[in-house]
Amino acid sequence: MTTIRIPPTLRAETGGERQVEAEGETVRDLLEDLSVRFPALRGQLWEDGDVAPFVNVYVEGEDVRTLEGMETSVDDGQTVILLPAMAGG
Amino acid sequence: MASYRDLLREVKAEIDEVTSREAAGLADEPLFLDVRERDEWDEGHIPGALHIPRGSLESRVEAVVPDRDRSVIVYCAAGNRSAFAARALEELGYSDVSSLVGGFTEWKRNGFPTQVPRTLGAEQRARYSRHLLIPEVGEAGQLRLLDSRVLLVGAGGLGSPASLYLAAAGVGKLGIVDADVVDASNLQRQIIHSTQALGEAKVDSAKARIEALNPDVEVLAYRERLTSESIDRILADGWDVIVDGADNFPTRYLVNDASIWHGIPVVHGSIFRFEGQVTVFKPHEGPCYRCLFPTPPPPELAPSCAEGGVLGVLPGIIGSLQANEAIKLALDVGDPLVGRLLLFDALETSFTEVQLRKDPDCPVCGESPTITEYVDYVEFCSAPSRVVAS
Repeated sequence: MTTIRIPPTLRAETGGERQVEAEGETVRDLLEDLSVRFPALRGQLWEDGDVAPFVNVYVEGEDVRTLEGMETSVDDGQTVILLPAMAGG
Repeated sequence: MASYRDLLREVKAEIDEVTSREAAGLADEPLFLDVRERDEWDEGHIPGALHIPRGSLESRVEAVVPDRDRSVIVYCAAGNRSAFAARALEELGYSDVSSLVGGFTEWKRNGFPTQVPRTLGAEQRARYSRHLLIPEVGEAGQLRLLDSRVLLVGAGGLGSPASLYLAAAGVGKLGIVDADVVDASNLQRQIIHSTQALGEAKVDSAKARIEALNPDVEVLAYRERLTSESIDRILADGWDVIVDGADNFPTRYLVNDASIWHGIPVVHGSIFRFEGQVTVFKPHEGPCYRCLFPTPPPPELAPSCAEGGVLGVLPGIIGSLQANEAIKLALDVGDPLVGRLLLFDALETSFTEVQLRKDPDCPVCGESPTITEYVDYVEFCSAPSRVVAS
């Protein structure tokens, strides 16, 4: 199981949870599992079968776009952060 | 018992001395160390010289001249205090020290270059005394801050603490862009505005507060929206750093694209409920906002603070971090948050840092930019396209 940090803008879709567990060996598997557990997230995270361009995914502090993208492997115990843009000031 | 003259003669016999002509003609430029008192230094010194008054020489020299093998020429007004100073330096292990014969007086009489330093006034010296004590700031750094120009986008939650701290620090010129007026719902976090300022233009309220705080600061108030029409005119007033505390995506993308084309670093901060983000976008040296988020999110995923709420103290923390980054950029000290996004969670009281990388395919700062003029996102975003920090 991997812990995924849910940003405040997506917490309505996770019942207010700030971090949730998901299963999978790659970012794609994890986000897919997450979208099954929290179906409302699907529309917020995905675009054309990929992660939406306004959502960043970090594995151990690194943007997966600079790693293997959706195929980036995630080991047990690693932290995944979902980070959409926030504009508030 | 030895008299002063005996002692001076004895010391001069022990140390090396160098004449003005010899010192000026040295091929390898030596380090001149002025050990006179502050008022003497202020009236003129050798260009590039360091200044440590004789009285604090031993305690401060190691921090200022860490290399003990460096060639140092010590001088005072006439060459006597510097003789004692030279011996003290030798006792501290400096291996290549000499004292300037005839001191600054002789140097000046021979027509060698001198410089009258730009200095802080007595009131400024008192006001910024805690900065002057920090080696990384000091008088040169404080003068640099006084010459710095920072543009604040938004005089709201983030702009309030950021502008107050920048003003207190003595950043000489602050620009503030905001079209809005002070509303009762702002006062829970926008600490630059007061209850008396309700209904006033935010830029006027902020300007009055800053001028009351520090008369050294010149405030340029832009009571207008930052738009594709206005941004080039505002940036043409000349800014070293932009502090982005806007509350909407159209303004943030506008600021980003303009900062790349004008070559001005942006200290980015954003807040929502209990969480904040801070980073520095330094054009061409690090990633930009579009490397991080190529396009704005759809309206339903982009709630503003007006819609989602924000903890009042959160912008105080994030805006202060922005002020810290802006001051570091102005002073060129430390490691600014370039290529690093700092996330703050107020509920956990935790900071997390993620790495940001420059995207070679970035539509604005990438190798083949596809965006070459301002994009107006106003039609596509839910947040109003104005610089109103909510």
